[in-house]
Amino acid sequence: MSATAETVEQVKSISGEKYKYGFVTDIAADKAPKGLSEDIVRFISAKKREPEWLLEWRLKAYRRWLEMPEPQWSKVQFPPIDYQQYHYYSAPKSDDDRPKSLDEVDPELLATYEKLGIPIKEQEVLAGVAVDYVFDSVSVATTFKKKLEEVGVIFCPISEALERCPDLVRKYLGTVVPVADNKHACLNSAVFTDGSFVYIPPGVKCPMELSTYFRINEMNTGQFERTLIVADKGSYVSYLEGCTAPMRDENQLHAAVVELVALDDAEIKYSTVQNWYPGDEDGKGGIYNFVTKRGACRGRNSKISWTQVETGSAITWKYPSCILQGDNSVGEFYSIAITNNAQQADTGTKMIHLGKNTTSRIISKGISAGKSDQTYRGLVKISPKAEGARNYTQCDSLLIGDKCGAHTVPYIESKNKNAIVEHEATTSTISEDQLFYLRQRGIPEEAAVALVVNGFCREVLQQLPMEFAVEAQKLVGISLEGSVG
Amino acid sequence: MTAVSFLEGGLDANRALPGDGLDWLKKRRDKGAEKFGALGLPTPKLESWKYTRLRPLDDNTYTPVLDGAGDASVKDLPSVGDVAGRLVFVNGKLREDLSDVSDLPEGVRFGPLDEILKDDPAWAEAHLGVVAQDADQAMLALNDAMMDSGFVLHVQKGVVLRKPVEVVMVGGMTDQPVAYFPRNLIVIEPNAQATLVKHHVGRGVGAYFANAATEIDVADGAIFKNYKVQAESMQATHVSTTHARVGRDATFESFNLSIGGLLSRSEAWITLAGEGAHCGFNGAYMMRGNEHCDNTSYIDMAVPNTTCKQVYKGVLDDAARAVFQGKIHVARDAQKADGRMLNKTLLLSNEAEIDTKPELEIYADDVQCAHGATTGQLDQTALFYLRSRGIPEALARNMLVQSFLGDALDEITDAHVREVFMDRVVHWLPAHCYLAGEWKESA
Repeated sequence: MSATAETVEQVKSISGEKYKYGFVTDIAADKAPKGLSEDIVRFISAKKREPEWLLEWRLKAYRRWLEMPEPQWSKVQFPPIDYQQYHYYSAPKSDDDRPKSLDEVDPELLATYEKLGIPIKEQEVLAGVAVDYVFDSVSVATTFKKKLEEVGVIFCPISEALERCPDLVRKYLGTVVPVADNKHACLNSAVFTDGSFVYIPPGVKCPMELSTYFRINEMNTGQFERTLIVADKGSYVSYLEGCTAPMRDENQLHAAVVELVALDDAEIKYSTVQNWYPGDEDGKGGIYNFVTKRGACRGRNSKISWTQVETGSAITWKYPSCILQGDNSVGEFYSIAITNNAQQADTGTKMIHLGKNTTSRIISKGISAGKSDQTYRGLVKISPKAEGARNYTQCDSLLIGDKCGAHTVPYIESKNKNAIVEHEATTSTISEDQLFYLRQRGIPEEAAVALVVNGFCREVLQQLPMEFAVEAQKLVGISLEGSVG
Repeated sequence: MTAVSFLEGGLDANRALPGDGLDWLKKRRDKGAEKFGALGLPTPKLESWKYTRLRPLDDNTYTPVLDGAGDASVKDLPSVGDVAGRLVFVNGKLREDLSDVSDLPEGVRFGPLDEILKDDPAWAEAHLGVVAQDADQAMLALNDAMMDSGFVLHVQKGVVLRKPVEVVMVGGMTDQPVAYFPRNLIVIEPNAQATLVKHHVGRGVGAYFANAATEIDVADGAIFKNYKVQAESMQATHVSTTHARVGRDATFESFNLSIGGLLSRSEAWITLAGEGAHCGFNGAYMMRGNEHCDNTSYIDMAVPNTTCKQVYKGVLDDAARAVFQGKIHVARDAQKADGRMLNKTLLLSNEAEIDTKPELEIYADDVQCAHGATTGQLDQTALFYLRSRGIPEALARNMLVQSFLGDALDEITDAHVREVFMDRVVHWLPAHCYLAGEWKESA
């Protein structure tokens, strides 16, 4: 931005409240107009009644975003994004807009719920039916809340956290994923609408698995979700994100940021099941999922573990990473990525070893079918000070069909002789022998493939919390439907 | 024309270059100069040069070699012994006094590039620049523009060359930094067989910059073994770009032993173009001081039923740094491809650094591809075991390093060359009691 333009901006920003939201006089409007500008950023911030420092922070991000280039290094291909064609703020849907009952919901969606074995009540919630949430989950949610409060765990939307414990948020927000980390994260910093905030006090083992699912009223957090989880000394938390059910969303562009901070002896386990709409067979209309996830093991003996099952989205661009700062800290990454039809996924992890005796483990299983394209991209970096660091990486790819692609791009940079880094990768197809054996025993081809693939993913599925694991197994099969025969 | 600061006189050659007067070659040179002008020297901003910066080229201005630079007296040149022919180049100039190609069998042509350009320009035109066609390689373009030396090996259909042929390229011994640009052309016709051993050595003091390009065409059913020892001097910058095409049922074997050089980069582009083609692309690197060694390769399995195997192992001491970037690409419908890649590095010092990037890019489903990479230090348990049996630590270390690299050298199928190369490995190791044999005798 030129100096003159900057001055004009500055004058504008101080020339009174009125200008700030000049384009829309009604602050109660539940949708910002299309497009992105400083005014929109101010609008979002005002809408959420945010403190001044956060507005400044957002504006800083926005200005950096303007200058930053799109990341070009990944293998995914898509037409240039027109950032001006999106709405950057819309209030959660009111009940009037929702389907009144399951009868109004796309039957295809319901069929999938059926296959996943989701109870009817949950189906209603997932499909966004305007039911009166008197049924279990609300009461469950309230009981949960009470339990969490008893032990001092803070688990709430980040906007609420800004009111309840602004200092905590301010202390950690943007410290793991800096504002200008990459263009997508930068955009998120400027316009994030909501997300979760979790704080686990010292020595507390969170009594239950925290899940966005129980934050029902916050389901429509929109396309720019921001999550911040802080595990104080000696604490433990397991966090589940997403769900196995296919999620419809009219927003094509999703750029979430997740930041994890683990202090001394703390452990965070973060599990994701991502099943956004992948678009039609040619990938049209599917979600662009550009996520920046990073965890910092700040304390000694801390541990961060990422587990992800990625089956949805037209494009996935996601590298949950660990910065292993504290001595003896541990980073883990377990991933299953399944792409079918025209889906594209470029996903992997970064393990940055800074502290002594830090260890990391990467298990990545990629399955590509149809005419999809998938890339594992990973970095293992051992700094000169990371005495005795240890990494083990295994990434296997399975190809189903002759129109798909599977790629492995690992980077290993070692600057310490006492560190041991091991990397293994294989790419192959489903063994004819295994398929033949299963079919010979009367198992239909599609089920046989699902079985073999589930076996292939076993190591990762085992890492998922129980209730997730069962559904994820079914999901693996469903995602590959239509890819064989 | 763009200024080329690292070359005295830029890309304008005020000297006689091989093939002067050949129109097609002049066009190629002009095109190369133009392309290099557009691309400039590669920088770490390019993904394929992420870990290697041509720093010596920033710091020095090299003079393209003139006639005199090649006349220095050189002794004790490396050799694998009994060979069918031998060419020696000093600073890019062929030294007839040291070369011997009198004993070549029928159907084998082995001589300097300029001779072939003079004697058989039509053949040269039909082969030069055919295999190396990539559009965006600055260093290849630079060689295209400046090629001033190099050799041709041409083995005719069905001819089997029993003994290896040998090329020695010596650099250094000049007052000012010099640059030379060898262009090598290797054509192995159908069902022919040949083995080539290349020695790159540095002598005396003096910085020099060698930018070589090699084109290899291994036709259907042919077997070609390409062995290279790169033992350049501590001030040398060595960049080589190799393009190879391997035909139906043909075998291309390559081993690159990197022992020295301030900065070396070996880049290879291999296309398995015919069904049944096999490529063994291996190497070992041993670096110390502040040497930097980069091995980058791209193996394209373009058709069904091809195999490739890659084993690279290295040892880094002091503040040395090595880069391994390997990529196996399996084209759409290139079914039944079998590709294996392995890179292992031992770090002997805390200042040493290894950056490795073994890549697979696969577009066919019925394939078996794998890669592995490890970095670490000497196995402390093994070291303890040896010492507990009374073997001095220095020797125990040497034994472990030697056996570590031995795995890579085992890939050399020519037993004699393997022995000679192993000897080079042993002599690289720290001098005290490096020979296990000597120690055994003294015990």
